Parts: sequence; structure tokens; C-alpha cells
Amino acid sequence: MKERVVCDVSTLTSHASGAASPAWWGTLAFMVIEGTGFALAIVMYLYLMSIAPAWPIDAPRPDLWAGTAITVLLLASLVPNFLVSRWAKRRDLPKARAGLLVMSCLGIAPLLIRIHEFPALHVGWDRNAYGSIVWLLLGLHTSHVLTDLAETLVLTCLMFTRHSDNARRHDDVADNAMYWNFVVVAWLPIYGCIYWVPRL
Amino acid sequence: MNGKIPLIFVIGTLAGCAGTQSALDVHGEPAVHLRQLMLILIFVGVTVWVIVVAALAYAVLHHRSSPIDRAARSDRRARFIVTSLVVATAVIIAGLTVASFYTTRLIDGIGEPEMTVVVRGEQWWWRVTYLQDGQSAFQTANEIHIPVGTRVRLQLESADVVHSFWVPSLAGKQDLVPGRTNTLTIHADRPGVYRGQCAEFCGLQHSHMALLVMADDEASYRRWYASQLAESLVPDQPELARGKAAFLRKPCAACHRVRGTTADGTTGPDLTHVGSRGTIGAGLFDRTRGTLAAWIADPQTLKPGNNMPAVPLTSDELRSVSAYLESLK
Amino acid sequence: MTAHDRANDLRDTDLDLADVDRHLTAIWRTPRSFWGALSTVDHKIIGRRYIVTAFVFLFLGGILSLLMRLQLSRAEARFIGPDRYNQIFTMHGTNMMFLFAVPVMEAIAVYLVPLMVGTRNIAFPRLNAFSYWMFLAGGIVLWAAFIIDAGPDVGWFAYVPLSGPQYGVGKRADIWAQMITFTEVSALAVSVELVVTILKQRAPGMSLDRVPLFVWSMLVTSFMVILAMPAVMIASTSLILDRLVGTQFFNPAEGGDVLLWQHLFWFFGHPEVYIIFLPAVGMVSTIVTTFTRRPVFGYLSMVMALVSTGVLAFGLWVHHMFVAGLPRLGESFFTASSMAIAVPAGLQIFCWLATIWLGRPVCKTPLLFVFGFIITFVIGGMTGVMVASVPFDTQVHDTYFVVAHFHYVLVGGAVFPLLGAIYYWFPKFTGRTMSENLGHWVFALVFTGFHLTFFPMHVLGLAGMPRRVYTYQPELAWSGLNLMISLSALVLASGFLLFAIDVVRSARTGPVAGPNPWGAPTLEWATASPPAPYNFARIPVVRSGEPLWDDEELCVATGLCVDRRELLVSTVASSTPQARESSPRDSIWPLLAAVAASMVLVWSIFTPWAVVWGSIPIAIALIGWFWPKGVPEDES
Repeated sequence: MKERVVCDVSTLTSHASGAASPAWWGTLAFMVIEGTGFALAIVMYLYLMSIAPAWPIDAPRPDLWAGTAITVLLLASLVPNFLVSRWAKRRDLPKARAGLLVMSCLGIAPLLIRIHEFPALHVGWDRNAYGSIVWLLLGLHTSHVLTDLAETLVLTCLMFTRHSDNARRHDDVADNAMYWNFVVVAWLPIYGCIYWVPRL
Repeated sequence: MNGKIPLIFVIGTLAGCAGTQSALDVHGEPAVHLRQLMLILIFVGVTVWVIVVAALAYAVLHHRSSPIDRAARSDRRARFIVTSLVVATAVIIAGLTVASFYTTRLIDGIGEPEMTVVVRGEQWWWRVTYLQDGQSAFQTANEIHIPVGTRVRLQLESADVVHSFWVPSLAGKQDLVPGRTNTLTIHADRPGVYRGQCAEFCGLQHSHMALLVMADDEASYRRWYASQLAESLVPDQPELARGKAAFLRKPCAACHRVRGTTADGTTGPDLTHVGSRGTIGAGLFDRTRGTLAAWIADPQTLKPGNNMPAVPLTSDELRSVSAYLESLK
Repeated sequence: MTAHDRANDLRDTDLDLADVDRHLTAIWRTPRSFWGALSTVDHKIIGRRYIVTAFVFLFLGGILSLLMRLQLSRAEARFIGPDRYNQIFTMHGTNMMFLFAVPVMEAIAVYLVPLMVGTRNIAFPRLNAFSYWMFLAGGIVLWAAFIIDAGPDVGWFAYVPLSGPQYGVGKRADIWAQMITFTEVSALAVSVELVVTILKQRAPGMSLDRVPLFVWSMLVTSFMVILAMPAVMIASTSLILDRLVGTQFFNPAEGGDVLLWQHLFWFFGHPEVYIIFLPAVGMVSTIVTTFTRRPVFGYLSMVMALVSTGVLAFGLWVHHMFVAGLPRLGESFFTASSMAIAVPAGLQIFCWLATIWLGRPVCKTPLLFVFGFIITFVIGGMTGVMVASVPFDTQVHDTYFVVAHFHYVLVGGAVFPLLGAIYYWFPKFTGRTMSENLGHWVFALVFTGFHLTFFPMHVLGLAGMPRRVYTYQPELAWSGLNLMISLSALVLASGFLLFAIDVVRSARTGPVAGPNPWGAPTLEWATASPPAPYNFARIPVVRSGEPLWDDEELCVATGLCVDRRELLVSTVASSTPQARESSPRDSIWPLLAAVAASMVLVWSIFTPWAVVWGSIPIAIALIGWFWPKGVPEDES
């Protein structure tokens, strides 16, 4: 077919950020998928609770301290996370590097608390359906913390190489920060479910 | 020995105990209401389909060579027609939904059940328990007798996996789900033999998990009930006595109960009155002495994977045991 | 722009078409080597591969159905024993649903959507490659298990407790559950790619009201996949956990619930059938447009119908559980919603009829399949309205009536449009047209064979024949119909065989096709047949929904680089150009990541520690995948 030129896009930037970047949308889509999974697990929890004569089943309520400590830590981590995102969007490499080191530590710290959270449930995953669902909820969230931590660590290393100072890399850092927001926010209803619903 | 055999039973045996198993050949109030709804739905469905296909045929055949109609007037007319059709669809759908709800109400409204029978689905047979004052009166297997015209509540439970109780000539189906008790009310409006089958895939022999519902007139039902309530018949011939002795001696008693003897196993079907049943193996064969012998000799070839092991018996033992069981009317 | 940018910055603005083609081919082409085949990220190569693989699974599934019909042709036949038969019907359903129906629709979208929206590659091309390898691996795992007599035997829906640790002996159910993971990861990946491609990579000027209906249907489908697949992932994960490490999700004795499985599975399972159906709807709209020479009547209504079907589909799942003993009031809601979904479906049928009425139908093979679709799908829709009624369903649930119903809607509603779509797009995929003569024969055999095979099943179901039975008693009146069905299945099979012959022959020696043999209006027909590796030499700019019909010349935009892989990113609603965006080069890492993931998934059938230790090779593969390689596409 014959062609006729009607517009020229050469002045457009060669990489767009935020909602103009496919990678941002991909991160968003992944959040929707994982969020749906979390939501379904919470629905499973409520369903099993609704058919149980007593809840928790044959087990004491989980101890509050480990779960609450991790909630406080995760919420607190949102501050440096927000800063890293802002520095990345401003293409400020030294600050982004520092911020990533901080977020790496803040990704490891919750895992150390979580090691204590599982025993604080006082029920095995194979004991009954209550044990199974609380372990599933906690396990699902832990896997997300682990994978986000791995991504943060790799990005941190990357930001100290020659590949670091370009718009694409900075956007990767911002997207990673956005995903950490999701990991923290997704924890809140799970925290409510595991620790507070049995106390209602 | 009880010499009086219900007439219906003879007919059933002669007919091969086939029984009707069809949602179109209905003999019970729930199934009758269902059939009416079915006919309405089928009629509406066929009519809609005929109209759509006719419109398609006309559109294709008469417009193959016409110019493309881009007139605004035609577009407006088409929009009006399509909108009307969508509205008509919505109205028809709403009507069918109402018809469906109405049928549900009719079925629910056939009245309170007058008796309860517990049906427990097992892989791959039906354990049937008749209650008296809330207690188990007697147990049988793969066969339910009900008095004609009586509403019978079936209490549906499962011993292992999900099964489904379905006797289409009498009612719709209902699942037997482990961990919960479902109920189904059946009702037969005339005497007959009605066949049903498990309708939820339950493993290897799901295909061979049939049952019979026998609707008897009042007198026959009472006779049957009384005979089932009684303990097993005592053998009055030497062969039968030999058979009973072999039955008790061999592993049979570990799984099967015969009330009035020491056989008290509950894993398999209760055999106290097995000789009165129409079929064996959950509808696999008509019950005769020969089929009983065949079953005992080699259950795994006849119904591969079922839970009855092959019990080694000499040919003499086999003959006498099968005669004994046949005698347990 | 940095100096680096300027160095690799040859634009297509001042070059003539031949030079543009030369540069773009050099940078976009996949080398014709084994390594090239393994590392390609070209959506067309991957799409074609995907389509062929899905059709291989279709034929394997068809062989399974012929085996079933052989066994059922006579009462108490002894051709196939119960264990093998239970594996066969489980494999038939599982294969058709997870390895054929959804993947083939995704595959066609993978090939066509980037072309239809006017971009150079699908979004996340390496993820696309990964998705194919995972799909292939999942299929191989399932079929390998079946071949060694370890195939799942619990039905495609794997109800507990039959599939649970107590009654589901061996590893069969675990293999089923893990295959789910393979195919769901694959489908989720493609859906994410499609959503981002459709929302962000459309040609300038392709506002939402100018997007082809097939692309709309893939957008809605992709959202449905994203929201529905997690349910089956959670379900299959819970099942594996019950079986492998002793959780009690589905054990009523310890607080679990048997019906929980059914809820989770069908929450996915019902949208799943619309995930299969909606792409076919898009194909029908496309074919009707081209072969009636006018756009589909009621564009906005069609889009609304797609969206409302997609939304409503999530509110129907309990109709699969009408006889499980749930409260009556709840069930009635699902009767209403299940019947209501007939309204948008009806709207679409009426719009297509109006299009054919107002247009000038040309009865080529693709349109014949559309006719077959309308005739067949409406029957399936009618029986769907019937089974939506709780009381009606209590008679026909789990009988051959339902088998008839879903084959009518799936074969009529998805396979007929699919066959028409293959005839339609074959010239674009291969550069050759299929045979119009054989096409008519294929249609006649498939249509006739289908109705002769599946219509009698309605009667069988009403006459009392349940599903999933490997045999039936001679005294029941079913033998005649079953024999007729089994013989008719051979007619249906011969139609498919003829189709396969036509495909192979035409691919080799069919008449050569130009860019637009059907005179169709959408952008994919503005490319060569088959398209160049870069799709469009210059990104097209559209001013209507039928760009090739409304303009003698194709409007294009200039300014993209020709010495790096670059495409255009636009705004979501109005598709105004926003930025130029790099598209990744070929990479072997998607394959390596798929190999690592497959190993872990198979290993985890046997031990939970696989997830722990297996995460190491997966992490390595993912790092290799995302680590920048220093090419211009990686540094903007």
C-alpha cells in the first residue's frame, strides 16, 4: 500500500516514565494478579471461619507481638521507600544508591521478625484447616517479601555498575519501590485477618 | 421362609429389574413438575433458534448480491429492530427465570416428608438405613422401598467422596458430600421400579453404582418392611446350613453383617435379606444364585477396583454359600 | 539526548523505503538458526509456534475422544478398562481446556494484536517467549504422565476428596495440579502482555472507539484471565499442599470443606469458558466485517456486550454446584445471573445478523464457519438457559445433556470461529491461501459430524445417562444412540483430518497471497504476507476503525530509530504518541528461566523442598534475563 507521512515523532523522548512506560503497567498488572490471589486467600479464611463451630479451631489466638512489630516496621519502611522513589524519578544517582541500600536492609529485617511469627501462631499447618489457612496467608506474604527483597538486592548491585545512570534504570528503581508499597499494603488486611479477626 | 413375594417384585425380576431411568418418563410429583418446566424451556429454545436461523438464512440468501446498505434510515430501522429484539430477549429471560423459581416453589411445596431413610454413598454402592424413632431399624443396600404416594425424605451422606443420588423418574438429583448432610424428598405416584445411578464421578466404578427405588402399594410395603426388620432366616436345608457355616468361617463375616448370626462386619453391605433384593453389585446383575456365585468367585473381574477382595472358596463352598445367601429373603 | 543516544540514532525520517526496510530487517530479524529459534522474541514466530502446538494438542485430544466413543459404542464393552478410561476422559477435558482452548486463543492474539494495533512487537517480548516454553513444558509433563499410565484420573475439575490425599492415590492428581500452574503462568503472562500492548502501544489516532472488535475482545479476555486464574492457582496450590505436606483445607474432619474446592475451582472455571468464548466472538466480528464489506452494526453495543459478558461471567459460578446442597436463595440468584448473561450474547447475535442483512455477504469459507457458529452456538445458548434453571439442572446436571450443552457452546461458539479464523488469517501467517474448495468440504464434514455426534446426547441425558461413565448396562435403552454417536464422531474426525491436510498442503503449495487477499479493513492487512520481522516500516496513523477501507494510502508516522529496536508508546484513551520505547532483543534467558521453573514445578510434585532449593536456579535465570546487556535498547 502506498504510504503518506502525516506526523513526525522524532522529538519524543526515547524512554517514558511512570504511566507512559510499559514496565510500569506490567508492575501494576502483577500487583493486580497477586492482589487477587491475596484476596482469595482471605476469602478462604473467612469461609472456613464461617463453617467452623469455634475459631480458631483447637488452637489459641496467635500472639500479637511479632505480627504487630512487623506491621510497624513495614509501615515505617514506606517512608524511605517513598524517598527512594522520588530520588529515582529525579535521576539522583547517589541518593538512589543510598536509598536502595537502606531498603535492602529494610527488606531483610521483616524476615527476621517473620521467623518468630510462624511459631507465634501456635498451630501447625497440618493440624487443621485453621492452621492450614493461617500458614498459607503468612507464607504467601512471606514469599512476596522474599521476592521483592531479591529484586531490591539485584537492583542495588546494578546501581553500582556502569549500567546505572540512565532513565530506564531509575524507572526500574521507582517501579520496584511501587511494588514494595503493594507488599506493605497487602499485609494490612492479612494482619487484620490473622491477628484480629479471632479476637472479634 | 416367606412365601409371599411382592407381585411388583416378580414383574421387576422378569423385566430384568431394568426399571425406568428417564427424566421424561416421570412418576413422581417432583419429576412431574420438572418435566413441565423442561417442556416450556425446550419449546422456547426451539422457537428462538428457528427464528434466528430463519433470519440468518434470509439475510444471506437475499442480500448476497444487493449493494451495501449504508442509508441512515436503514441504520435507524436496524437499531430499532435490534433494540426490540434485545428487550424481547430480556423479557423472555425474565419470564423463564420466573418459571424456574415457580417450579422450585412447587417442588418445595409438595408437603412435609412422612418418613426418613438415610442413604450413605460409598465407593461404589449405596448403604440404605431405615430409621425407627430416630434409631437405625435395619440396613439394606442399593435398593429403597417406598410406599406409593408417600413423601420420603432421603438423608444423604457420604462415607468417602462426593456421590450424587439420581432417580430421574422420581426427582432431580442431589449430591452426597462428605462432611455435610443433604436431603432430597422423593415421591412415587404409582407402583413401579425406578432405577437410579450415581451422578457424580466417584472413581473407578462410578459407572456401576446404580440403585433401585421400588414403590409398593401399602400392603406390600408393610410386608416388605416387616420382613426386613426381622432377623435373617435360619437355614432349613443341609446345603444352606453348610453355606452359612462357610460364610461365618471365611472372611465374609469380617465385612458383612447378617443379623441373627455372628457375622457383624460393617465395611460391606448388610446381607441379612440379600435374597430379597433385585440386583447385586449396585445394579450390576439381577440377583440369582448364579450371579451371587459369580460375584463371590471373582468380584474384581466383574467390577474392577471395587472393595471386595476375591475370597478363595472351594467349588462346594461357593455353591453352598451362594445358595445360603439366595435363601436370605 | 546524550552523546550515546546520538550515536545510535539513525531515524527513518530521511531514508527511503528500501533503506528503511534494510535497516529494520537487520535489527529486527531472527537469525534462521537453531539458536535463533530458541532465543527469538518475535511475536509472530512465537505466535505461530503457539498456534501449531495448540492444534497438536487439539488433535491429541480428538484421538482421546475417539477412544472414548469406541468404548461407549456398545453396552458393557471391554475395549478400555475403567482405570485407563478415567485417565482418558480426564485427559480429554484437561487437554482441551488448558492445553488447547485457552492457549490457541492467546496464540492467535499474540500473533495478530500487535499487527492490528499497528506496533512492531508485543509488550514484554521475552515474557512472551517464556510463556510459550512454559505452555509447552506443561503439556509435555501432562502427556508424558499419561503415556506412562500416571495420567490424572479425577476429571478435569479434580473434585476433592477423590483427588485428595486419601483417595487420590499416587502422583496423578499432583501432576494435574502442577500442570495447572504451568498453563496458568503462561496464560497470565500473555494476558499482561496483551493488556499493555492494547492500552499503550496502539497506533496514533487509534482511539478506543477505533479499536478493532477482535482487539477489544482480547482486552476483556485478558482482564478476565488476570482476575480468574489466581483462583485456580490458589485452588491447585491448596490441593498440592493437602496432598504433599498435610494441610487440611478440604478435609471436613479437621475443619476443612469439600465444597471449598468447588467454589474456588468454579470461580475460575466459569470465567474460563468465557475466556475461551470472547476471543472467538472477536474473530466472528472480524470475519463478518470483511465478508459483508461493512463494519459490524452497533460498535458501541458490541463493546458493551463484551465488557458486560466479562463482568457477568464472574457472577455465575455457583450454577456448577446447583445439586451440592447449597441454600435455595443463593442458588436462585445464580439462576437469574446465569440466565441474564444470555442478553449480551443475544445482543451480539442480533448485531451480526443486522450486519449481514445490511451488508453484502460473500460466502467464502470463513463466513461459512460464522454461519455454522450462529446455528450451533444458539442451540448451546438455549440449552445454557435451560441448565441455568436450578430445577431443570437437578435432572440434567452431570448427564450427557450437559456434555451436549458445553460442546455446543465450546465447539459451536469457539472452534467454528477458530476454524474460520484460520482460513481467514492463513494467508497472513504463511503468505499462501488455503483451498476454498477443501474449505467447503471441511465445513460440511465438521458441521454435519458435529451435530450428528452431539445432538443425540441431549436425548441421552434426558433418558438417564450420566457422565463420566466408562460403560452402561445393556438393559438401558442407550445402546442405539451411543452407537450412532460413535459412528458420527468419525465423520467429525474426518472433517478435522481434511482440515489438517488442507493446512499442510496449502502451507507448501497453496496459491501465493498478497498483503490483502480478502480486501479487509484492519491494519494487519497493510503488511506483507507474512509480515516483515518489523511489521510496519513506518508506524501507521489511523483516522477510523477501518483504515484500509477509508483511505487509498496508508497514513504513517516517521521519526523512529532504525538501528535499534524501537516502537511507539501512546496514551490509553486517545492514542496520542507519548514516547518512543525500546523493545528487547532476542534472548536465551526466557528459555533458561522456563527450564528452571519447569524443573522446580516437576520436582515439587515429589517434595516441598524443591521450592526452596529450586528458587536458586530460577533466581539466576531471572537475573540473567533482566541484567542489562549494554545494547542501546537496555540503556535508554
